Amino acid sequence: MENSNIKTTGNVFVENPRMTARNVDVYYGDKHAINDVTIDIGEQEVIAFIGPSGCGKSTFLRTLNRMNDTIDICRVEGTIALDGQDIYAPSVDVVPLRARVGMVFQKPNPFPKSIYDNIAYGPRIHGLTKSKSELDDIVESALEKAGLWNEVKDRLDQPGTGLSGGQQQRLCIARAIAVSPEVILMDEPCSALDPIATAKVEELIEELKSQYTIVIVTHSMQQAARVSDRTAYFHLGDLIEVGNTEQIFTNPSHQLTQDYITGRFG
Amino acid sequence: MTNKAFKGLSPQEATARVEASLKQRRKKEKRFRLMGLSAVGLALTFLVILFSGILTKGLPGMFQHYVQLDVVLDKARLDPQGDMSDASLFSGDADKIILEASLASIGEEGGRKTKKALRKMVSSGGSQRLIDFVKANPELMGTTQTIKFAVDDDIDSFLRGFIKRETPEKDRRINDFTIEIVDKWQEAGLISYELSDYLFFGSASRDAEMAGIKGALFGSLLTLAICVSIAFPLGVAAAVYLEEIAPKNRWTEIIEININNLAAVPSVVFGIMGLAIFIVTFGMPRSIPLVGGIVLALMTLPTIIISSRAAIRAVPPSIRDAALGIGASKMQTIFHHVIPLAMPGMLTGTIIGMAQALGETAPLLMIGMVAFIVDIPGGFTDPATVLPVQIFMWADFAERMFIQKTSAAIIVLLAFLITMNAAAIMLRKKLERRW
Repeated sequence: MENSNIKTTGNVFVENPRMTARNVDVYYGDKHAINDVTIDIGEQEVIAFIGPSGCGKSTFLRTLNRMNDTIDICRVEGTIALDGQDIYAPSVDVVPLRARVGMVFQKPNPFPKSIYDNIAYGPRIHGLTKSKSELDDIVESALEKAGLWNEVKDRLDQPGTGLSGGQQQRLCIARAIAVSPEVILMDEPCSALDPIATAKVEELIEELKSQYTIVIVTHSMQQAARVSDRTAYFHLGDLIEVGNTEQIFTNPSHQLTQDYITGRFG
Repeated sequence: MTNKAFKGLSPQEATARVEASLKQRRKKEKRFRLMGLSAVGLALTFLVILFSGILTKGLPGMFQHYVQLDVVLDKARLDPQGDMSDASLFSGDADKIILEASLASIGEEGGRKTKKALRKMVSSGGSQRLIDFVKANPELMGTTQTIKFAVDDDIDSFLRGFIKRETPEKDRRINDFTIEIVDKWQEAGLISYELSDYLFFGSASRDAEMAGIKGALFGSLLTLAICVSIAFPLGVAAAVYLEEIAPKNRWTEIIEININNLAAVPSVVFGIMGLAIFIVTFGMPRSIPLVGGIVLALMTLPTIIISSRAAIRAVPPSIRDAALGIGASKMQTIFHHVIPLAMPGMLTGTIIGMAQALGETAPLLMIGMVAFIVDIPGGFTDPATVLPVQIFMWADFAERMFIQKTSAAIIVLLAFLITMNAAAIMLRKKLERRW
């Protein structure tokens, strides 16, 4: 690739990293999708990945819980570690990994089951609870954390697909929280939502920050500016710049970052 | 742009041109709609012709003529050993008693000529019927009872008007003397036209008036049971493996092409294969529902695999992502989410495959299920025949009454098929989930 010698500017490291990515390359067949990305994801921080379409930010996000494994032609090189343990090591099972690194998708995708079963599914398959009442507690606390409890507590047996788009997305967040993950990955969680639902989800992210590490991919620079502590700017598979959100948006050091956030392209 | 003279159209000119072209477009649209309508109409017409043809021929086949006779249930003659056992009853004089009853019905002592004619007029299944009656009502022994007996198929055809009185006697299947007796019966009001119990409760028979579909219906059910219990699990498993687990490479592509080709193989080829493998090589008996079911399962397998794969593919990938994203294993994702969501489609495919198997004749002819079997099959390894083969065999017989029985059996088969398809639709409606 012609721009393979781009070096990331800004500070990619943090003091207490939860996840670390070192020299990560991702290939789809012959296509080089992610080029030598090194970045730390700190504990209890919200980090936003921004960049124009096709820049690889979603691809990189999906490498963090190995969701890319489902794509046959996808190949990942380099090391990604969660709490110092390489998640691509042959001994690592993706099932517990994905329980520790949860994911929320672009389009709300509740199961066509009841609201209760949507939340209870994760704890059930992982055997997190010993009794029905424990499961009830988990469902309630997950829905409460997702700010959905008051809206749905009287209709837990109704299908999750019957909720509004914003509620569905918060249901999906609650579903991810229910298995008590350490990191939550969010892939453009608000792109299918209206501004009011978006505001609610953003509020939720703000609250969840105290307990979880959140990685959010977003197309909206305002959203990144509002919710994140740190921001990483991706461009054509390269990680161009990483820094505190405030600094990135007020005083970016790289020309490409500046062009993007000032709206010259993207 | 080299053509500088053309500056484009003004809005007015453009509107004029659009309007000019509208007429042509509307005409085309109308023509297309008409063609579609006439195609549907044609198809419907043929369907109506087909169904009305079958119904007009087949509905009379569901009925037949009976003659009611006053039978003296003489215990000593009906049950010579006096223990009501089958052996005793069948060694009794049932035939003779019926003959006497028919003589009594026309009020004659009866010479040899009358006896000879009467013997041929009541169905030869009469004695069986009398024995069954006595067995069901042993307390009536010693009394005189009115029992309805089926008339012989020639008499039935005469009563229906297929054998005409005007035909010269030598060209007629029944003689003038017999017709006289029939007239007497009719005058006395002994003849009745009723729903045929032989059709639904009888088995294969050379005598048209006694032929029934019960044996074939049981054979069909047993064969289908084997077919579905082999084809459904295998088909679903194959579809799940190919869609969800197998890597997409040249090998799976070859397998896929071959499955599609298999769906197009003529069914008789499956029959020959079944004959060669199960009967010749494995030495399984001929004409049994087990072999028939296996052969039909192989035949319907591609249908089930193809429709199941389509159903699995229709499950949105976002559901798989959701399950995998919270740490469900591949197996859990498949069994908790993909299969339940694909189930309506899989079941529809299976039922359509079963309906296809139910109507299949050729492969079963190859494995000998065409044999003349009077007994009702009691198990998967009893010799049996199936409905469509029964129809095929009846269509071959010369007696006039078999034509109606054939049509009646076709109605039953069609009713069976329509029920299955309706079940498929209802099942799909019931299990379908929206998201």
